Amino acid sequence: MLKKTFTALTLGAALFAGQAMAADYVIDKQGQHAFVNFKISHLGFSWIYGTFKDFEGTFSFDAANPEASKVNVTLKTASVDTNHAERDKHLRSGDFLNVDKHPTATFTSTSVKSTGEGTADITGNLTLNGVTKPVVIAAKFLGEGKDPWGGYRAGFEGTTTIKMKDFGIKMDLGPQSENVELILTVEGVRQ
Amino acid sequence: MQWRNSSRNYGLTSIFMHWGVALAVIGLFALGLWMRGLNYYSPWYRTAPDLHKSIGLILLAVMLLRVVWRWLSPPPAALPGHSPLVRLASTAGHLALYAGLFVVMLSGYLISTADGRPISVFGWFEVPALITGIPRQEDVAGDVHFYAAWALIILAGLHALAALKHYFIDRDDTLRRMFGRAKS
Repeated sequence: MLKKTFTALTLGAALFAGQAMAADYVIDKQGQHAFVNFKISHLGFSWIYGTFKDFEGTFSFDAANPEASKVNVTLKTASVDTNHAERDKHLRSGDFLNVDKHPTATFTSTSVKSTGEGTADITGNLTLNGVTKPVVIAAKFLGEGKDPWGGYRAGFEGTTTIKMKDFGIKMDLGPQSENVELILTVEGVRQ
Repeated sequence: MQWRNSSRNYGLTSIFMHWGVALAVIGLFALGLWMRGLNYYSPWYRTAPDLHKSIGLILLAVMLLRVVWRWLSPPPAALPGHSPLVRLASTAGHLALYAGLFVVMLSGYLISTADGRPISVFGWFEVPALITGIPRQEDVAGDVHFYAAWALIILAGLHALAALKHYFIDRDDTLRRMFGRAKS
């Protein structure tokens, strides 16, 4: 009787050990505590920064088992914004993102490899301009915990560099501007 | 020749504006099509659109003046040989040309000013943005601008053919009076 109770209590304690449990998160689009930014060289003289304003996604994360994490993001390509109407019009056209033909871009993770304390390489498929290719996001776990309003959140940042031509983007901006760096940060609300 | 229109002839003001606008419209259409294909490293990549926008805005000013002038000095009366159908068709055609012109010019203006930026006219002065923040304003205005420009240039072509028809086939004063050279 005592042994059974003891076993039950131990099991119960183990199940509720700490808050490091696999959990599902929804990226906080409502409060917009997430950004999908990019940076590309202009003639080798400066950086153009831009953002995709309209995206949503989910991730599942367990600090005790980071390699089981998953992430999924879908963005609306027409929401691109580089603070210049004429440039944004050009970016949405067939020369670049071809948004009428490819209104969304997606990233779906396939594996996660821990690279140190709180950092990991997230490998996944990026579908952009209708082309799907594997990319690796160098990610860093920023933190998790309760928020002041009754919720629980976890946040990350990550970067990856892609070559525009790999995704069928036609425009030739010169040798300095072949690559675009994607700079991401997401905060998710635990479900 | 006089500045004002008479009952038989267009005056110098209308003549200059008509042929000036015709030249500008043909030139802007060609420039617009050509500049779309320019490579990022072409020396014309920025100059061509700057010219296109500057001339386009001057054209907008001229067209507004033209509307005022039409009220101040109405065009010559319809020729006696023009049947009711010809009068109706020409009124409709000319109205469509004016409408097409304003749609093309205003939509073009709305592309470049969509983010609140003004448009510089040859570096002399800037035309400020008035309407901004329409979702994908630059794209919608861009589509309107493109299709309306094609419609306008086709209509202008028909307008030119009609004028030549009046000159060579009907042998009336329709085209001549746009040079101030009406015979009757």
